[in-house]
Amino acid sequence: MLFVPGNNPGMMSDAHIYGSDALMFDLEDSVTLREKDAARLLVYHALKTIHYGDCERVVRVNPLSTPFGKADIEAMVAAGAQVIRLPKTETAQDILDMEAEIERAEKQFGIPIGQTRMMAAIEGALGVVNAYAIATASPRLVAIALGAEDYCANLKTSRSLEGSELLYARGAIVVAARAARIDCIDTVFSDVNNEDQLIKETQAIKQLGFDGKSVINPRQIKPVHRVFTPTQKEIAKANRILAASREAEARGSGVVALDGKMIDRPVVIRAERTLELAYASRAVFEEDEV
Amino acid sequence: MKITTPASAGTMESGDIMIEIESSDQREVEVVLKSSVANEFGKQIVATIRNAVEEFGLEYAVINAVDKGALDCTIRARVAAACQRATSSTAFDWGKNA
Amino acid sequence: MTQDQAFYTALNALNKAAYVPGENPRLYDKDPVPLKNRMARENKIVESLEKAVELSGLQNGMTISFHHHFRDGDHIVNLVMDTLARMGFRDLRLAPSSLSDVHAPLIQHIKNGVISHIETSGCRGALAKAVSQGLMDDPMVFRSHGGRAAAIEEDEIHIDVAFLGASSCDPFGNANGYSREGEEKSMCGSLGYARVDAQYADSVIVLTDNIVGYPNVPFGISQRLVDYIVCVDDVGDASKIMTGATRFSTNPHDLMIAEMTSNVIVHSGYFYEGFSLQTGSGGASLAVTRFLREAMIEKNIHASFALGGITGAMVKLLEEGLVSRLLDVQSFDLDAAQSLKNNRFHQQIDANYYANPYRRGAAVNQLDVVVLSALEVDTSFNVNVLTGSDGVIRGAVGGHPDTAAGASLAIVVCPLMRGRMPCVRDHVNTIVTPGNTVDVLVTDQGIAVNPRRPEVAERLEKAHLKVTPIEELARRAERITGKPDPLPFGDKVVGICTYRDGSVLDLIRNLT
Repeated sequence: MLFVPGNNPGMMSDAHIYGSDALMFDLEDSVTLREKDAARLLVYHALKTIHYGDCERVVRVNPLSTPFGKADIEAMVAAGAQVIRLPKTETAQDILDMEAEIERAEKQFGIPIGQTRMMAAIEGALGVVNAYAIATASPRLVAIALGAEDYCANLKTSRSLEGSELLYARGAIVVAARAARIDCIDTVFSDVNNEDQLIKETQAIKQLGFDGKSVINPRQIKPVHRVFTPTQKEIAKANRILAASREAEARGSGVVALDGKMIDRPVVIRAERTLELAYASRAVFEEDEV
Repeated sequence: MKITTPASAGTMESGDIMIEIESSDQREVEVVLKSSVANEFGKQIVATIRNAVEEFGLEYAVINAVDKGALDCTIRARVAAACQRATSSTAFDWGKNA
Repeated sequence: MTQDQAFYTALNALNKAAYVPGENPRLYDKDPVPLKNRMARENKIVESLEKAVELSGLQNGMTISFHHHFRDGDHIVNLVMDTLARMGFRDLRLAPSSLSDVHAPLIQHIKNGVISHIETSGCRGALAKAVSQGLMDDPMVFRSHGGRAAAIEEDEIHIDVAFLGASSCDPFGNANGYSREGEEKSMCGSLGYARVDAQYADSVIVLTDNIVGYPNVPFGISQRLVDYIVCVDDVGDASKIMTGATRFSTNPHDLMIAEMTSNVIVHSGYFYEGFSLQTGSGGASLAVTRFLREAMIEKNIHASFALGGITGAMVKLLEEGLVSRLLDVQSFDLDAAQSLKNNRFHQQIDANYYANPYRRGAAVNQLDVVVLSALEVDTSFNVNVLTGSDGVIRGAVGGHPDTAAGASLAIVVCPLMRGRMPCVRDHVNTIVTPGNTVDVLVTDQGIAVNPRRPEVAERLEKAHLKVTPIEELARRAERITGKPDPLPFGDKVVGICTYRDGSVLDLIRNLT
């Protein structure tokens, strides 16, 4: 998910060309107080006019506790944003309050109720504690994400390269997301020039179970995609596992065997997910299958 | 709606347009445009600015615009922001041309 | 035999003259003086530029030429023109290989009638703007590098006097774009364009700020082509001639286009062991080298040679063994100039060797792939690199049409829009390279393949590189930017853009 500051018209006009899966237009932290009104109008007009291709259109609004939040939601729902991201989510009530505003706006502007989805960013200790409650608070919620900068400040610690201070939050968010059957997205890596460290961190959070990562510069998109893209070896193995599974099913047997070893159900599910990722990242093309 | 104070919106960055708006003695919307693409898009930019000002509901104004290659949607957004600031109002019909 | 009467009778019968020491005024007497004294006494160095001009026999109305290897740091053109103006010359015809921002003072000389006609590859800055507004009565004639070289060789351009700046020169005229002794004040690397002028001009004057010892070999320009040498304080401003290695762009659009272009090359069918390559010198077209290098390493493919317009990026490939040879008609940065000076596999070539349109063996004809930048491209794949979107002259033809015509695959790279200006459109302001020689267009929003090359489109599609019809790209650009109004051109022709053989591609009109 590529962050696009909401007050930069130059970047907004073609942010979709870099191939990220989603674009997050930001009305919150990257916009100064004086420019909140202008940014809201810029993103509104951009969403209504510019065709962003296959990128999912996410907007990070200001919290309802600020003077800007309500107008942000109205404008973004009217503009057709696909997902509204709520920063600094602490409780399930935060989600419910936002959902009520979104529904009001959908009614007002003739948008089908429920069409606008939500994403919750957890950026503090309370949010981590309430992660599952937040993740299940609304059927509109499609993902929860971690915002590391504010979280670390909240914890009264600082950010480090190896990220031990984020371990619990990351674990909690992945667990909550899985339990609620929604996606989880990791925080941004701000050192744009350090690609090696970006790759290391992305590998680590992929291993933790995250579905994706936010990026702040188009240059970071390809390395992140590469980490999440299965290798040819992994794809070949997944294909074999699925073939064995199909074959067992055809035999009417519940036991799947490959290379003389029994394959448990979780392994088959993981293989399916590997192939899903493979197609999604264009490592494999359906029309190439023999 | 009346302009209570001169206001501006936008920056001089590439792809943006700086809009300065103040009230006018004449009974019209006057647009003065400086643009890096004046020859090719000058007319369109002025038309877009006028249109956005009228849509906002202002009948008399003087607009000074310095354009650095902004797209129409950016121009509309900047004009709307400048109008809002100039009239000290936050009204905007988000649902228009849905 | 003894030289008696019989000897002379026989000579008479054979109608031959006998050797008489000292009789033939063309021969030089044997000189017992040591070399260092000889050199000081007799050489081609003339005490002043004025003297050299007098000796050259320059007259009003004649054609004079310059090279542009010192680019925006050049002092030679202005120095010579100021001197010629002071000496009272008029109606001179200029044939520089190109002109730059620094040559704005020519405006005054044109107004005063010192210069009546200019033939060049390019023109920039205040001079270009003035020409676009109708400064000159005679239209400026634009030629490609190959077109200029051929015109000189075929005497379509007859250079009476060539004024050639050199970074170092010995007292007999062996000149180079670098120096092996003394202060290296103004390095420029290859003298590829200058070599053609030196070969064909009636009179050749070398201007240098660095006289070095004889013989200044290996030479860029042979002493045999040089008539007079003039010492000047500074041939140019080193900081504006060239800087260290040209940096790769960090602009995300450029990088995207560069990476896509590299992928296109890899799957085009022209990426094989021993392929040949030329890229542009900046922006996306230079950055292609960065990505292509990775592919070359990964697939263990080496290039037989790279041509150009050589930059440090290509030098790196040579030094890494990924490219076997470099053919250099113009060095773009200090890394390239140093490599030309020190690496014998980095060869200096002249403009005819590079791109003469009438020779099958010209280097551009041996290219597999060329990557070229563009200001604008139209739906017939015609390219403009000469006039801006505002219609003002601001660039150069360069080797664009030469390499496009010569390469097996010509790829043009260009963003879909620059700010609000669509770069892919129905018509370009000036056709510099005709669409029948352009094969692929790579933009940041899609790849288009000329319908003349269906096999290339097929290969790209097979590699899952989506090909979009160029009309669709033009429409997409227009939908985003809106349709531009036509430019306010007048009726006066201020520029003639010619193809490699001198035939006219397009006319440039004045801007009102």
